[in-house]
Amino acid sequence: MTTAGQGQKEDRTVADLNRVLVLAGGLSPEHEVSVRSGRRVADALRRLEVEVQICDVGPELLGLLTEDPPQVVFPVLHGAAGEDGSIREVLELAGVPYVGARPDACRAAYAKPTAKALVAERGITVPRGVALPKALFHDLGAPAVLERVVALLGLPLFVKPAQGGSAFGAAAVTEAAELPAALVGCFAYSDTALIEQQVTGTEIAVGVVDLGDGPVALPAVEIVPDGGVYDYAARYTAGRTEFFSPARLDDETARAAAETAVTVHRALRLRDVSRTDLIVDADGRVHFLEVNVSPGMTDTSTLPLAVEAAGMDFAVLCRELAHRALQRG
Amino acid sequence: MSVDPRESQPNPQGSRIDPYVGSYAARAAGMVASEVRALFAVASRPEVVSLAGGMPNISALPLDALGELAQQVVVEQGRTALQYGSAQGDPVLRQQICEVMALEEIDASPDDVIVTVGSQQALDLITKVFVDPGDVVLTEGPTYVTAINTFAAYQARIEHVEMDDDGVVPEALEERLAGLAREGARVKFFYTVPTFNNPAGVTLSPERRRRVLEICERFNLLVVEDNPYGLLRYEGDPVRPLRADSARNVIYLGSFSKTLSPGFRIGWALAPSAVRDKLVLAAESAMLSHSNFNQAIVGRYLATQPWPEQIKEFNEMYRARRDAMLASLEALMPPGCSWTRPSGGFFVWATLPEGLNAKAMLPRAVNERVAYVPGTGFYYGGGGQRNMRLSFCYPSPEQIREGVRRLVGVLESEIELRNTFGGVPASTGRGGEAPAPDLP
Repeated sequence: MTTAGQGQKEDRTVADLNRVLVLAGGLSPEHEVSVRSGRRVADALRRLEVEVQICDVGPELLGLLTEDPPQVVFPVLHGAAGEDGSIREVLELAGVPYVGARPDACRAAYAKPTAKALVAERGITVPRGVALPKALFHDLGAPAVLERVVALLGLPLFVKPAQGGSAFGAAAVTEAAELPAALVGCFAYSDTALIEQQVTGTEIAVGVVDLGDGPVALPAVEIVPDGGVYDYAARYTAGRTEFFSPARLDDETARAAAETAVTVHRALRLRDVSRTDLIVDADGRVHFLEVNVSPGMTDTSTLPLAVEAAGMDFAVLCRELAHRALQRG
Repeated sequence: MSVDPRESQPNPQGSRIDPYVGSYAARAAGMVASEVRALFAVASRPEVVSLAGGMPNISALPLDALGELAQQVVVEQGRTALQYGSAQGDPVLRQQICEVMALEEIDASPDDVIVTVGSQQALDLITKVFVDPGDVVLTEGPTYVTAINTFAAYQARIEHVEMDDDGVVPEALEERLAGLAREGARVKFFYTVPTFNNPAGVTLSPERRRRVLEICERFNLLVVEDNPYGLLRYEGDPVRPLRADSARNVIYLGSFSKTLSPGFRIGWALAPSAVRDKLVLAAESAMLSHSNFNQAIVGRYLATQPWPEQIKEFNEMYRARRDAMLASLEALMPPGCSWTRPSGGFFVWATLPEGLNAKAMLPRAVNERVAYVPGTGFYYGGGGQRNMRLSFCYPSPEQIREGVRRLVGVLESEIELRNTFGGVPASTGRGGEAPAPDLP
């Protein structure tokens, strides 16, 4: 059932979309990546003659949203504030429509241990692991805790911050002696570390878009970094990683990956767009690693590649997403 | 619109985004995105007190006067100032550059001066004409980060020589040169920032200057003396540049970036005449000619404005900033830390307690709204993990005090982390990571 007001909003056509504010930058290590993503989204929208302003998060933002509100805000912020829901709370407060998930959904998705638990409840395979805060190591003694971790999970392990992206603070650990340094590196980005059994296999990213007919998976993008590690340099230096889009998967595995990503999107009550990172092991089983509510949109990001592989135009997709937010009001 | 992944056909050909990935020269292999650079991008936000960048503070510049000079250049000499010029640079400016160098007792002829795009271009040209892949370039350890990147781009083998509070250690230099001679290495030059070293802040003592010149002469080794900060002295007596005592063996690099403005991009090299000829030809192929316009403005500035007084004003401002940093470090730094006490220039070099890693803790620092440059950036191939470069040139004394306060909070947290997990192993990275020059 729709109210009259909602009905009016739904009548607004793509042609009515003429002023979008792209939020990019932010005060996180992913600032630079976000700026690049934001510029790409803005350029795409401008190509379709949508007036676009790019704005960073700062003291002037709230004034801008209230005094001269755009029709739609397109947040392309990565990392804390951008993906943990807080900026979207501000957008809710300002009453400005925006692209992407609501704050509460972002909060759950951004906290990797929470997201993992929620998707595991839906039957999705997740790496076995533990989430441990820094203080615990201090209080209980790191050697004893780490000994238990290795005894429980074995080796190799993968250590990553409980929040954040772009592989910041993430490290593979093949020997127990490497764990302390990996944790110190991880705690530089987050006060809680996620220590997981390392899953080896084909690394894929699956974008999900919802343009009104329910969430649909884009073709999986397979990631093959030089040297085998998809770290910051491999992510953001063009040429350092080979991408296969669609991924070199058999139909059944491709379908399973797509269904997993859509299930994640639904389970976490995400909206408009998301990207789920998965690994397909040697047996063809799909493992969930993490989900992003504000996927990277840079030249070397996987979502634009997936859009292209799906035969879609990236600019048109950006406009559709913004239009959908406008209709929602 | 709907997309069914089953409709998409697997593409056996992968994409590397960059279609030219197989075409780059080997020297471009190190030109990759880095986490540390990403953090510096955040550090340029106003919430962050940046003790990272080495951007001169030009707030005291007489902008009205410079505006008038620019107008005069266009109106009175536009037909030459807006035309191509020479690769060696404007003769009038080269004469004025000699007068600037005379302040530091360098006796030079304008014929031996070549104007460059900042002294950075001089460094690039020198490396281009001297270094073949695999040739050795000796530098202080630590050394200027962008020099490392320049040498690496020409595929030099970069070897560091130990420094202490009096600059490079002559015995270490001699020993290294003897070792390299034994192995038959082709050592091309010794690159040094002997006065108010970037990043270490230390100055090579007069006695050591004599020793360094004597050693290099004995090994027939060219010295490249980079002196952008020499006139920015806040206490003590001036020290003669190496070039003042050796015209034959030293290429001297100077710059107006710190004493006037980096925006003009005007530096210079003073070189023995045969080397100068090579540098001029290399400059011609690199950029054809200099900006006559910028050279003319700087020339008029030097001819008409009280620039020595302007430098004194800069020195007063920088002295207050240096004092704020040293006093804050003294008052707040945790036990086990030490730092240099520069008499001029822009930088303090801090050493952290055993087991700490300045690069590993940078994300936490940025999260606490303070930035610095990890010491690893100033070494090629490892080293400097317990060090950080703290810059005092740009932020106000109040910001410096707040920045140090935040930094100390981060250090205390890191010390606790080290006590929990033990030390972090030494970095073996390539080095050369520092903020872009536009970072405050």
